[in-house]
Amino acid sequence: MNALDVTLWMVAPYVALTIFVLGHIWRYRYDKFGWTTRSSQMYESRLLRIGSPLFHFGILVVALGHVGGLVIPKTWTEAVGVSEHAYHLTAVVLGTVAGVCTIAGLAILVYRRRTVGPVFTATTRNDKLMYAVLALTIALGLAATVMANIVGGGYDYRTTISPWFRSVFYLQPEGELMASAPILFKLHALSALVLFAVWPFTRLVHMMTAPVGYLTRPYIVYRSRDDQRGSRPPRRGWEPAGRP
Amino acid sequence: MTRVMAQLAMVMNLDKCIGCHTCSVTCKQAWTNRAGTEYVWFNNVETRPGQGYPRTYEDQEKWKGGWELNRRGRLQLKAGGRLRKLLTIFANPLMPSIGDYYEPWTYDYDRLFSAPVTEDTPVARPRSLITGEPTKIKWSANWDDDLAGAPELAPADPVLKKVSDQVKLEFERAFMFYLPRICEHCLNPSCVASCPSGAMYKRSEDGIVLVDQDRCRGWRMCVTGCPYKKVYFNHRTGKAEKCTFCYPRVEVGIPTVCSETCVGRLRYIGLILYDADRVAEAASVKDEKALYEAQKSVMLDPRDPEVIAAARASGIPEDWLEAARRSPIHKLIFDYGVALPLHPEYRTMPMVWYIPPLSPVVDVLRETGHDGEQAGNLFGAIDALRIPIGYLAELFSAGDPEPVRAVLRKLAAMRSFMRGINLGGERDESIPAAVGLKPEQIEEMYRLLAIAPYAERYVIPKAHAEEGARLEELATGCSLDYDGGPGMGGPFGEASGLPAPVAVENFHALKERQETDDLDRASELRGRVNLLNWDGKGTPDGLFPKRKDKS
Repeated sequence: MNALDVTLWMVAPYVALTIFVLGHIWRYRYDKFGWTTRSSQMYESRLLRIGSPLFHFGILVVALGHVGGLVIPKTWTEAVGVSEHAYHLTAVVLGTVAGVCTIAGLAILVYRRRTVGPVFTATTRNDKLMYAVLALTIALGLAATVMANIVGGGYDYRTTISPWFRSVFYLQPEGELMASAPILFKLHALSALVLFAVWPFTRLVHMMTAPVGYLTRPYIVYRSRDDQRGSRPPRRGWEPAGRP
Repeated sequence: MTRVMAQLAMVMNLDKCIGCHTCSVTCKQAWTNRAGTEYVWFNNVETRPGQGYPRTYEDQEKWKGGWELNRRGRLQLKAGGRLRKLLTIFANPLMPSIGDYYEPWTYDYDRLFSAPVTEDTPVARPRSLITGEPTKIKWSANWDDDLAGAPELAPADPVLKKVSDQVKLEFERAFMFYLPRICEHCLNPSCVASCPSGAMYKRSEDGIVLVDQDRCRGWRMCVTGCPYKKVYFNHRTGKAEKCTFCYPRVEVGIPTVCSETCVGRLRYIGLILYDADRVAEAASVKDEKALYEAQKSVMLDPRDPEVIAAARASGIPEDWLEAARRSPIHKLIFDYGVALPLHPEYRTMPMVWYIPPLSPVVDVLRETGHDGEQAGNLFGAIDALRIPIGYLAELFSAGDPEPVRAVLRKLAAMRSFMRGINLGGERDESIPAAVGLKPEQIEEMYRLLAIAPYAERYVIPKAHAEEGARLEELATGCSLDYDGGPGMGGPFGEASGLPAPVAVENFHALKERQETDDLDRASELRGRVNLLNWDGKGTPDGLFPKRKDKS
């Protein structure tokens, strides 16, 4: 393992994850007002109605697939009787379908963003950077899957990449596992690290506040004016009486 | 024990609306003159019959706003349940496009000055504020004002479509009236129920429905959930915005901007007490035509000792109870019974009510050569004129003509009874009796509707007295000036950071700045020491103004 490998697979993940976590905390504290999907549906909805669900549902399946492939160890799936072949088949088929949906949706959305005047005007440089990194990551991921299965006859990333991924979270990164992975997988992982690093500073933050709570909360929300005392907390020594 | 809640409500007397749009313009200047809200009118005035703003918003088969009863008779959002909302979150199929409102524009004013000398007068061409490209103006928030283009446009009016064909023809000949609209601040708000992030809420003190700009994530479900289409999407910030009932104003006891500036003085603001626990039950009444009475049954009589006791137990302060007793809204809805809700069939329990206009009936009478002020003629016309009554009933009582007819008969009675007094001094007491009111009641109603001064039209209790100091700070600062809000510029520049409260030290700083000649001394507004918090030890930075020059 050379210095480059150490940097890429043992240092960079921590840099990216630190930026990811601290960035979100920072953004949430200082830019709640900017924390939004910034939907452009008002401008155009014909293309959006095809592209957006295609992309979003696709990426949700892809994300679930990553949880299944990276987080759950191979030993666990084998313990419940799922053979490597069965796993691999499911992963490749599901992953390819979802990946193609995602890419197609993304292509429609990017096409829409470029060609529909008002949508293009509303696109910031930040959005363009985010689109580039996101598209690159997805494309590399799909390419890695397809290449490995068509050309190489399958690659068992659950013996190299997945343990490396988990090792990062154990704080004992096993960089040498990743150093041996095929180049496309390496590039995919690297671009994902870049994506995580820019994530908190882009509109992608909307994902962190996915409104799952809506399923359980009461329909009508009442809030007292006292909840928010002015636009800031009282200064020290000026807290109202009646609080411990 | 009933859970009593207070609600600030409004009544508009449509007979007095002259369609001048002053309310809309002043509201826009106060609230929506920012980028991203160019197309937004928290207050708009529609000519009826007409398509309204956004176009045909009342067609709930298309837009699916508000509530409906499901097969089991339970209340549910017309656009579908929670899961359905989350599944359509990536592309809301019911979302109006900018074209349904209108594409806002400006003009190339600069051309008027910069054009070279030519034979022709230079023209300022319209330019879209959405694309920035030259555009053709094809629609606006009041494109069909005063029935402009009505033969072509009015047939698309969803309300008119509900009234039968024969009625339609007669109606188009007969009359028009204006309908000013703001957010209804409903008791059962479907926008709040639609918001996936829980950013929208109803204030428990005064019932004002607001959007928490810090929690809104731009999922757009509130826009489609509101059947009145009174929640708007700021396409620049990606957040929902709506009429705030001018809460910074009403908190200090002054009326909303639209009311304050209303030329016809047709708006009334006051409190209503209601039983919060019975709202859902009343909104689930099976027969749509019974919703008007159901909503009335939720509202409580502020003079009833039991209600007063329950209200006290619910924590409503005494001055608010007093205001509720003096509320012009309660009088108009209950004592005189002339105010009706807008589209009760949406089941949202709207709280901006309307006194339907009598003038269309008077106009028809006059056109046919009859005395439009005489009680007998008016009563006869109200009974005979099926068209305007039918149309008004579709707006205000879910199609049931009886409530509208009863209101118009009262207005007609007031008109001819007061004419008798003013012209001949004779009091024909048979007229009030015919509509079930006492002569004194008619005179009181006349006073409230025709000549009531400011303090009788707007009975707005101030927000809690003990919160006075803090609210003063709220009302004098810009409500959008909070950290990260649109009113501030981040940690750079003069207006950055948290808003400064109105206090002794920045009062002096402001005064100093206004009187100084140096622009750069403006920076001294920041970094000053709050003397009220100073413990008297040492000399912290900013205790004294910086020396002007160090020479």
